[in-house]
Amino acid sequence: MCAQPAPDQAPDDPSAASAPPHRVVLDARDITRALTRISHEILERNKGAGDLVLLGIPSRGVPLARRIAARIREVEGVDVPTGSLDVTMYRDDLRKHPARGPQPTAVPPGGIDDKTVVLVDDVLYSGRTVRAALDAMNDIGRPSVVRLAVLVDRGHRELPIRADHVGKNLPSARTERVMVRLDDLDDVEGVWIAGSAPQTPETPGKPAPGDPGGEATA
Amino acid sequence: MKRHLLSIDDVSADDVATLFETAAEMHDVQRRQVKKLPALRGRTVINLFFEDSTRTRSSFEIAGKWLSADTINITGKGSSASKGESLRDTVQTIAAMGVDALVMRHAASGAALQVSQWVDAAVINAGDGTHEHPSQALLDAYTLQRRFGSEGRLGSLEGRHVVLVGDLTHSRVFRSNVLCLTKLGARVSVVAPPTLMPSGVEPWSKELGFATSYDLDEVLPTADAVMMLRVQRERMGGGYFPSAREYTVGYGLTRDRLATLGPDVPICHPGPMNRGLEIAADAADAAQSLVLDQVSAGLAVRMSILYHLLAGEGSTS
Amino acid sequence: MTDQILVKGASLLGAASCDVLISNGVITEVGSVSAPQARVIEADGLVALPGLVDLHTHLREPGREDAETILTGSRAAAVGGFTAVLAMANTSPVTDTAEAAERVHDLGRAAGLVDVQPVGAVTRGLGGEELAELGLMARSRAGVRVFSDDGRCVADARVMRRALEYVKAFGGVVSQHAQDPDLAGPTSCCHEGELSGRLGLPGWPGVAEEVIVARDVMLARHTGSRVHVAHASTAGTVEVLRWAKGLAEKELHWDVTAEVTPHHLLLTTDLLSGYDPTYKVNPPLRPQEDVEALRAALADGTIDAVATDHAPHARHDKEHAFVDAAFGMLGLETALPVVATVMVESGLLDWAGVARVMSANPARIAGLGQHGHDLAVGSPANLTLVDPAATVTVDRDDSVSLSRNNPWHGRTLGAAVHATLLRGVPTVLEGKLV
Repeated sequence: MCAQPAPDQAPDDPSAASAPPHRVVLDARDITRALTRISHEILERNKGAGDLVLLGIPSRGVPLARRIAARIREVEGVDVPTGSLDVTMYRDDLRKHPARGPQPTAVPPGGIDDKTVVLVDDVLYSGRTVRAALDAMNDIGRPSVVRLAVLVDRGHRELPIRADHVGKNLPSARTERVMVRLDDLDDVEGVWIAGSAPQTPETPGKPAPGDPGGEATA
Repeated sequence: MKRHLLSIDDVSADDVATLFETAAEMHDVQRRQVKKLPALRGRTVINLFFEDSTRTRSSFEIAGKWLSADTINITGKGSSASKGESLRDTVQTIAAMGVDALVMRHAASGAALQVSQWVDAAVINAGDGTHEHPSQALLDAYTLQRRFGSEGRLGSLEGRHVVLVGDLTHSRVFRSNVLCLTKLGARVSVVAPPTLMPSGVEPWSKELGFATSYDLDEVLPTADAVMMLRVQRERMGGGYFPSAREYTVGYGLTRDRLATLGPDVPICHPGPMNRGLEIAADAADAAQSLVLDQVSAGLAVRMSILYHLLAGEGSTS
Repeated sequence: MTDQILVKGASLLGAASCDVLISNGVITEVGSVSAPQARVIEADGLVALPGLVDLHTHLREPGREDAETILTGSRAAAVGGFTAVLAMANTSPVTDTAEAAERVHDLGRAAGLVDVQPVGAVTRGLGGEELAELGLMARSRAGVRVFSDDGRCVADARVMRRALEYVKAFGGVVSQHAQDPDLAGPTSCCHEGELSGRLGLPGWPGVAEEVIVARDVMLARHTGSRVHVAHASTAGTVEVLRWAKGLAEKELHWDVTAEVTPHHLLLTTDLLSGYDPTYKVNPPLRPQEDVEALRAALADGTIDAVATDHAPHARHDKEHAFVDAAFGMLGLETALPVVATVMVESGLLDWAGVARVMSANPARIAGLGQHGHDLAVGSPANLTLVDPAATVTVDRDDSVSLSRNNPWHGRTLGAAVHATLLRGVPTVLEGKLV
């Protein structure tokens, strides 16, 4: 039928008894700390909150964007316009899966023209979702600057795309599954990795420009 | 979803919900400056219309173009009178050009089903004779769901009393609508003079669960929505009813009937309207009339249909 | 080739087995026969029937030789066990003159596989207004006795009356395609009822046939003539026929006869739900109640004969939307198996009954003196050997007709024609043309 879960988001609950062997990469508090750091970085890079717009990529990019907006409100006392940008129609792999219904695109009042748009997503992997997001934004307006904030960068880029703000670098094997769960949408909160690959040491989130996976050995 | 959309029977209630969710998103595209989504880029959609229709055809054409498909209009010739090329030859010749979808309107009931057996392309029935017009029924139901919803969310038709009035015998909009509305849980009543009630409607109405009546005034007071169907003046020649005046008095949505309906009951009409015959001008232009909403809904719903039938895997010819 | 043929061990009309000796086209001995010079046809386990006669066939020549010719139609008839067929007049040009009738007659003779008896049109050009040259056609070499505008109804009551009166002069009969054009017009194509309502197909109500049948039997009674009802299709028609025959049997100066097609004995209107033009026919397939009434009527004699209404069509004429497609189904090659499956297997008819409705009665109605005789000494040797135990799964491509519009494709039917003899000459042996 029509609607299908997007790839890379396993339908099972990692905390369920029947889930495959997995380990926690970030727990709820780690996520909070990572988002706080990302929010500060955004403000630092932008030299304040001026002309900032946050656009979350559904599904989980949307609550992450809202949390970042909340953090910024606490720190700067400013309400950054926040919305969502659905990329389903712009994916380059549409024909490989049954047609999926699009999620909402909500552009905040004020639009994105001449703004600094920060795209927010949960996992950065091949980079194709971000490429689709850039195309989608093209049909909505013309931002002056576009930046990318992700909770997890798991490497294996297939396009020349990099994140400006990373919650955690998580080198992974392609056979592994990275699962992000957020209270807003799921019953649990955390980031898990599951699969048959041997465990790799975790590295704190420092983005290396253009380098998939940072200092990790993967 | 099934490969073709030939009849409302081809979509389940879940499929309809999915189509409507997507249509709601497509509605937004209409308000953008750049009215384009790349989802159907590289797909070819042929509008093959054997019967005249400006509104349905342009609706499908725009829908295809806004999804970046290549849409081409072909006027099909040929009825039993000009027997030259068989229908099969006609459609196979067109399909051989590498077509992804055929949106077809034909004067003969069943033509869309027959054609779907002769070509690889996805076939979308844009109206076959007096049989069905699935995209019309879908846009009608979608329009009503929007009307019964709030804050941009679609409402439900469950339990709502929807009344269809008009020349049911010759109406494909009636057949598709009765299937669609009952599928979505609405309580449906249909009203027509005996000569315009379809043959064998009793067992059929029992099976689907809709009511039939010859008395419009008896049914209207409990209506939550009214759908007026077009009556062709030519039917008077066939002896179906004696005069336009008599039809209007018995079955038209007159000013008096509009008053008894009250302002909260939405009025639909698939168009084109015979103002003064089946629907008074006041009713057509009343605030509660959804006629124009149906048109913009039609675009969104047709975009959704094309997207779901063509964009994903398994939709290539 | 010897002109003596010995059919050994056949069950005559399903009764006792015996031998039949044929010399010079005539049955000369029946019983236990020894004839050393005769060519033998082994018929142990087979049923012998008088050669089948079809009152209603469309051979399409002249005009649509792409769909069928008199030769290919004759082949199909012979394979179906027929020794005589009546060729309907709605050809192009119409068979409404003596010359046209003689042409069809001569082409049939040249093919030499069955006796092709031309049917003459009732009205000029099938226009329904002026009588065709009925008398000249009767006097011609073709000896026309059955007249029909089939394809169209003789709707004008006055014209029908005149035709019925006129044919009395030469013992003719008018075969009527009963369809009141004001109740079932040219686009009507599906039995009017629940299915036609759901499918949006123009309805063809049974009453459109019944009012014409009722009218025509009263006209036949009034004029003292003979009327024949072609392809009866409804229970209502059966009721009218039953009542009318009761009157005719008492009053004696007039007559009404009727035929039913094999497809109306088995196929029903539900087959139209896929809009497949293979099942488009005029009159249309009806609901099960009508099918049952027709079977009972054939069994009790209210309907006199089975007639195929064999209607070949070129493929492209059927490959249109249902409403636009041509009307008609093939029938010659499958008629006997269908009747056997529907009527004999269920016990409604025995083989003697089959002989009556597929040979004797049609021969009598058409005035064909050479056909429909008992298998007795002195009778012309027109006979059909049937294997009652055979089963056949119909393959539409396995046919000697030029056309393929076969509604029986894929169905398994009981009984098969083993051999057909026309005046002592085998036209079909082992189920195949000789």
